[in-house]
Amino acid sequence: MQIQVRLYATFRAGRFNEQMRDYPPGSTIKDVLADLAIDEALVGTLFVEFKYATSDQQLHEGVRLGIFPVVGGG
Amino acid sequence: MEMDKIWRVNLSDLSVKSEAVPAAWAGLGGRALTSTIVAAEVPPTCHPLGPKNKLVFAPGLLTGTPAANSGRMSLGAKSPLTGGIKESNAGGTSAQMFAKLGIKALIIEGLPADGKWRGIYIDKEGVQLKEETELIGRGNFDAVQVMNERLSKKAGVILCGPAGEMKMLTANISVKDPDSHIRSHGRGGLGAVMGSKKLKFIAIDPTGAESLAIADPEKFKSAGKTWVDALLAHGVSGQALKTYGTNILVNILNEAGGLPTHNFTAGQFEAHDQISGETMYDTILKRGGKPTHGCHPGCIIQCSQIYNDAEGQYVTSGFEYETIWALGANGNIKNLDQIAEADHCMDDLGLDSIETSVMFGVAMEAGVLPWGDGAEVVRLLKDEIGKGTPLGRVLGAGTAAVGRAYGLTRVPVVKNQAIPAYDPRAVKGIGITYATTPMGADHTSGYSIATNILGVGGHVDPLKKEGQIDLSRNLQIATAAVDSTGMCLFIAFPVLDSPACLQALIDMINARFGIALTGDDVVGLGKYVLKTEHQYNLDAGFTNKDDRLPEFFEYEPVSPHNAVWDFTPEEIDTFWNF
Repeated sequence: MQIQVRLYATFRAGRFNEQMRDYPPGSTIKDVLADLAIDEALVGTLFVEFKYATSDQQLHEGVRLGIFPVVGGG
Repeated sequence: MEMDKIWRVNLSDLSVKSEAVPAAWAGLGGRALTSTIVAAEVPPTCHPLGPKNKLVFAPGLLTGTPAANSGRMSLGAKSPLTGGIKESNAGGTSAQMFAKLGIKALIIEGLPADGKWRGIYIDKEGVQLKEETELIGRGNFDAVQVMNERLSKKAGVILCGPAGEMKMLTANISVKDPDSHIRSHGRGGLGAVMGSKKLKFIAIDPTGAESLAIADPEKFKSAGKTWVDALLAHGVSGQALKTYGTNILVNILNEAGGLPTHNFTAGQFEAHDQISGETMYDTILKRGGKPTHGCHPGCIIQCSQIYNDAEGQYVTSGFEYETIWALGANGNIKNLDQIAEADHCMDDLGLDSIETSVMFGVAMEAGVLPWGDGAEVVRLLKDEIGKGTPLGRVLGAGTAAVGRAYGLTRVPVVKNQAIPAYDPRAVKGIGITYATTPMGADHTSGYSIATNILGVGGHVDPLKKEGQIDLSRNLQIATAAVDSTGMCLFIAFPVLDSPACLQALIDMINARFGIALTGDDVVGLGKYVLKTEHQYNLDAGFTNKDDRLPEFFEYEPVSPHNAVWDFTPEEIDTFWNF
């Protein structure tokens, strides 16, 4: 299945800003993180279709996945 | 312990006096002290630009010590923008100088009968009031340079900019930073109060200022080390803010669907990548600027930056998410350089970059200028607001005033103050803060974003009502306490996630004064501050009907979540059940 993966901040380095990527049906966000060699301990916030997600969440065809390291502001 | 004093400068009789600190004020600092004094001494129904309002400057309980990130100043008054009590908080170099010169609070009272402008000079001998003519009408960047020449490059400077001289409700009070650039007591139009008193500046010569006495130096040093370690270990305070500044939030709020766009008509901005923190970081590096920069000595979070133009010339620092969101996503300006130039103008004129920038979104909806026209924003700042033309004075009166002048309903304000960079329909926890904080629409007073969006202090779903009132209440109480310590609010990120970090803060306060506060005492302090401020507003004529968001949020859904503001008045009012 095709997943629109968007990376932000330090996660872009050596990877990409945005890419359509192919994953086996039933893949979870954890699988995507492993595929991209992103250490889950560094993940701040995850969004699937603009909503808060946890790494054990299963993905579906065509969804947009946003991955942020720990960031903040004010 | 050094002899701290309360200084009073009275512009009605031109007297300057120092007093011993009353026992009731001895344990207070920062916002706890300014709100206590305003509540005690400023009649809640007074005219904010009249003789009965006061400006109360107070460093925090830890300001002036070696504690990392403790250099913030609180400024209290009755706000001419909201009509209620205000605490406005800023970095820069002045707070630590006040503390080291033994100034517990500086209270500016009265109004000059002779209509003359004056400035205040402070050094280790005391405080003096002198007439001033040269600086009147000068921009803030120039004025700082003049004061550096009069005193020295080490001088501290606090300024009423040209907008404050004209008593505009968008006027802030500006503070010199370590590079002679500008930090701001931004919100609530306090520059107009300083202008009403015809006070142009407060200048501080810190020569001979002594280190503060610490009651238990060993315990202070040990707690201070734990504190530093905790700040550096947390992802937000340790890495993210010093790399990307606050503007990293553009992409997060866009991804969350809570980035107010086109005067709060959508929750995402198509051109978000062009104004993002990532783009700003790349631009800064390419042009020889600095992505990492602190607003006061001892800051290790360093969320500010040096942003240069394409020729490598300085444009601005403290280039914040709030400003970039408001002119960028909310005003549709896609050019980060135009936004930076506008930020520079606002620093120079002494304008709150949130109130003024949100105002421009409403002005665009009113047809005063085209959407996305960054060049016209700069022109309006320089040639209309900056020159006090009739149009400039309408715009300079802020978001609500422009909305009223042009008959609009989509006017994003609470208690007359502009709503900041998070849509309350899609981030309901911040909506409760906007509605209930005594400060008017203010995001820092109870930064629910941390838990609604950023996963700090747990997670509360931003799209649901559940848990938001408790979240906002707990954060508002904690923030009122933090604002009393002199700490930069960004320490809240590690404090929320690490009990050891919170304990280190309490230990430093205890070691400084030789006392034994507990976590419950800190909560108690925060509650006291909030209740004092709330009561002041009630006495000023506010009711629970003022703890509401603008009506349009109830029936205009925001994309992509199609969310509306659906808290009932009765639900919102439960906030004050403590």
